[in-house]
Amino acid sequence: MNLLDGLWGVLDLLLVAVLLLLAMAAVLSSDRRRSMMLFIVFGLVLALVWARLHAPDIALAEAAIGAGLGGALLMATLRRDTHQQTDQFPQHPVVLWGVGVLVMVLGTAIAWGLFSVLPTVEQTWRKGAAVDAQLAFSGVSHPVTAVLLNFRAWDTLLELAVLLAAIFGIRALGYVRSAYVTEVAFSQLAVWLVPLLILMAGYVLWAGAHSPGGAFQAGALLAGAGILLRLAGYSHAGLPTTRWLVRLGLVAGTGVFLLVGLGLLGWGQGFLHYPIAYAKWWILLIEMLATVSIGMTLTLAFMGGIPQKEAA
Amino acid sequence: MVGLSAINPQFLYVCAGIFLFAIGLWGTWLHAHYVRKIISLNVMGAGVFLTLIAVAYRGEHLPPDPVPHALVLTGIVVAVSATALALVIIRRLEDATDE
Repeated sequence: MNLLDGLWGVLDLLLVAVLLLLAMAAVLSSDRRRSMMLFIVFGLVLALVWARLHAPDIALAEAAIGAGLGGALLMATLRRDTHQQTDQFPQHPVVLWGVGVLVMVLGTAIAWGLFSVLPTVEQTWRKGAAVDAQLAFSGVSHPVTAVLLNFRAWDTLLELAVLLAAIFGIRALGYVRSAYVTEVAFSQLAVWLVPLLILMAGYVLWAGAHSPGGAFQAGALLAGAGILLRLAGYSHAGLPTTRWLVRLGLVAGTGVFLLVGLGLLGWGQGFLHYPIAYAKWWILLIEMLATVSIGMTLTLAFMGGIPQKEAA
Repeated sequence: MVGLSAINPQFLYVCAGIFLFAIGLWGTWLHAHYVRKIISLNVMGAGVFLTLIAVAYRGEHLPPDPVPHALVLTGIVVAVSATALALVIIRRLEDATDE
């Protein structure tokens, strides 16, 4: 027991050291491409840290959304025509060090403040016990899904609205010149990987009811399939070619979430207060459509706006 | 070995989160190129998420608090959508400067 605890201590120190070094290297590196690579690796190490801190939902989301999609989005900004892009700091070294000292003082102040209130957290804002007590009435047995889709469904609705707002912004900018190369080799990979990704998305979505997983992770997997199709040369990345279908898919998650909420309000249940007997089915319906919307939104975000044919 | 196990993991990871926040703030502040600012901003966000999850952690034998977990999950998706919008704006900006 003691030896095992000691091993955890070593592992914690190692993980934190690697994480912090990667973050520093990603911020400080003068080569932009290297900085992006380091940021992707940073995201993957962060996924390990989430797993270590008993947060498997976040580990899944980080690996798929944070490191995977975030990395793909970053790489899409690299230009094909230039091989190396260097970023030098325009400021004087004294300014760089001065700001460094300043942010460290700020960090110390935040740490001091946080650690002085941390002992009271257990009594004041900890809601874990309340979630456990209500879990049986939520329609799902996984606490994180229960919080996301039932107890704090408002937050999730607004989050989907943020996603929708972002894609409106991206589409409003029109067509962006694509920076990535279409690889013929990808088309062979896509043939067997895309069906697998769709299958996995379905499983992760279904599993979210009782174990780590859910709409966000499943949506990210769908987006992965979309990006793969785009890189394999499919100009629409597997998305519908008709405009209204794309629009419908993008608003489906937020729209149905909102309609279910308003419908329940009209039924006399209160906004997003699911009747206990049907809670599971409402949650599943909302999550399914949210998965489609998230997948389409993230794929379109990678493509950087309206595909050229559609724009014409 | 015994000395190392005395380190409270919650303390360690909260400190790491705040340090990430500080590094990210530094980079967001000082980098001239927008893509680098966005990467730094994401490091900053990761620091906030790590701090929240470290606070939610209650040791090896107790289940962690699910509420901060749900918050961070929401946060990751919001961060990536904001990043996507920002990067598309940057690409547009670069295309416009080229023309």
